[in-house]
Amino acid sequence: MEIDTSLVDWSRAQFALTAMYHWVFVPLTLGLGVLVAIMETLSYAKRSEFWKDTSRFWAKLFGINFAVGVATGIILEFQFGTNWSNYSWFVGDIFGAPLAIEGIVAFFMESTFLAVMFFGWNKVSRGAHLAATWLTVIGATMSAWWILVANAWMQCPVGMEFNPDTVRNEMVSFAAVAFSPMAVNKFCHVVTSSWTLGSVFVVGISCLYLLLRRHTNVALASLRVAAGFGLAAALLTAMTGHKSGAIIAQLQPMKLAAAEGLAEGGTQVPLVAAGLIRPGAEEHWAADQPGSEDPWLLRLDVPLPGALSVLATGKADGYVPGTRDILRGGYRLPDGSVALSAEEMIARGKNAIRALADYRAAKKAGDSAAMQTARTALERDFPYFGYGYLNSPKDLVPPVQPTFYSFHIMVALGGYFILLFAGLLALGRRLPGLHCVQWAALLTIPLAWLASEAGWVVAEVGRQPWSIQGLLPNCAAVSSLSTGNVQTTFFLFLGLFTILLIAEVGIMVKAIADGPES
Amino acid sequence: MQVFSAMSLLRRIARFYLDGFRSMRLGRKLWALIIIKLIIIFAVLRFFFFTPSLSGTAEQKSNTVSERLTAPRTPTK
Repeated sequence: MEIDTSLVDWSRAQFALTAMYHWVFVPLTLGLGVLVAIMETLSYAKRSEFWKDTSRFWAKLFGINFAVGVATGIILEFQFGTNWSNYSWFVGDIFGAPLAIEGIVAFFMESTFLAVMFFGWNKVSRGAHLAATWLTVIGATMSAWWILVANAWMQCPVGMEFNPDTVRNEMVSFAAVAFSPMAVNKFCHVVTSSWTLGSVFVVGISCLYLLLRRHTNVALASLRVAAGFGLAAALLTAMTGHKSGAIIAQLQPMKLAAAEGLAEGGTQVPLVAAGLIRPGAEEHWAADQPGSEDPWLLRLDVPLPGALSVLATGKADGYVPGTRDILRGGYRLPDGSVALSAEEMIARGKNAIRALADYRAAKKAGDSAAMQTARTALERDFPYFGYGYLNSPKDLVPPVQPTFYSFHIMVALGGYFILLFAGLLALGRRLPGLHCVQWAALLTIPLAWLASEAGWVVAEVGRQPWSIQGLLPNCAAVSSLSTGNVQTTFFLFLGLFTILLIAEVGIMVKAIADGPES
Repeated sequence: MQVFSAMSLLRRIARFYLDGFRSMRLGRKLWALIIIKLIIIFAVLRFFFFTPSLSGTAEQKSNTVSERLTAPRTPTK
């Protein structure tokens, strides 16, 4: 069977385009929703018409974002069935359960409470309306939980058993899937970062009003709430990000090595604060021998000895493997076992694939003894199943440059958001006179999306070549389609998404220009 | 009596939604956008571009995927 690698690349590009477009809306829904709910809670607690009007204005922007973003994620599910059919069949039962729950929760909670939130301002009691607003936000956040559980399972497949009769993974522990450390931390990191993004949005728009000298009371009050909430959210994002680093160090060490541009690991490994990688240095990360050309044009380390070791292991003298160490194997893993080399894992993966073929052939022939032998071999080597599709160890190294740059952009912007929120809170009543700070806050709005999308680039590009970590690489997950068809739909989506984005920005800008009093 | 109160509740809910839709201003534009988007997604993309790659019974699907996953694979450009 011939697999066109450009088909894999175009299918990935199409999925990435759709996911990144979908992600334009999701974090603002999660972040702005909580701020609207907080402001409405203030309105309820203080019996304040001012806070009611203020929360109603931000709820209008929340509604615009929600309406334009709704259903954009459905296209991703179409792509699973069409472009990634091997993957969909292989994981269907496990991946389908969280997505089905997400669909039901999203439909019932959001459609019920969103209607009360938007239609019920003067028709239900203040308490009932406040409850509807919070339940809308909780519903949206729970939706995110299930999507992130599905994503976390792809990064760390747990709680399942492979059934060679159906060629599917079957869930044996819902709790293991739903509450894996990867899923829990991913949820916390994504949700807190979305709160940060929502806060940057409110702070930025409020500063726009200050610059225009319009709606200054609403702007200053919103700014105080958003800066306080944003500071807490950004600090929580940093904490959960730190925890992500420790989890990835254990479960996806190649991703951490790529994010840090670490070819040769060791103990007391420093953390790269900033760096510029020489173009064309891809071979460096998978080179057999140390001593190949230095890949760094520029590199600046954090002046704390062993900072990456601390991040990854909790100890300054903890061992962190580089990309080449992971390919060579032979180092001690956190559970005390010794890491296999990439070549050994590829060999065991090929054994597992052969055992599956033997099992299916024996089943067809009705040879139960041969079935049992093949099944035993398959169960022994199944954790390496996906490695059998790789041609050489270097296929295990993800694209280092996009992973490295995205990771450092995300971290740097996260630090900047903390400083921005803290600065805005510290400035307090002096802020209306400080136009440069207002401009900085306004111009920070797109940076919040840049940081959020960069986070997903780290998560997804950094785990290449896998669709499911260790079990199924993209080249085995993809459907046998014509590359031309996938290219056509890619450009179709590009056009469609651009038009929709222009429509959203246009409606949003008009609503912002109209302001709270319209 | 209970039937009447249930009917009354349903009527109130229906009126709540109808009044809400009637009094929309910006919402009309957003609903138009949502409906156009859903038509494009379900009536155009789903039928013309995203037909499922696997068909047949569960057994046929598992046989197809099994063949794809166990056949030797050669990457090409």
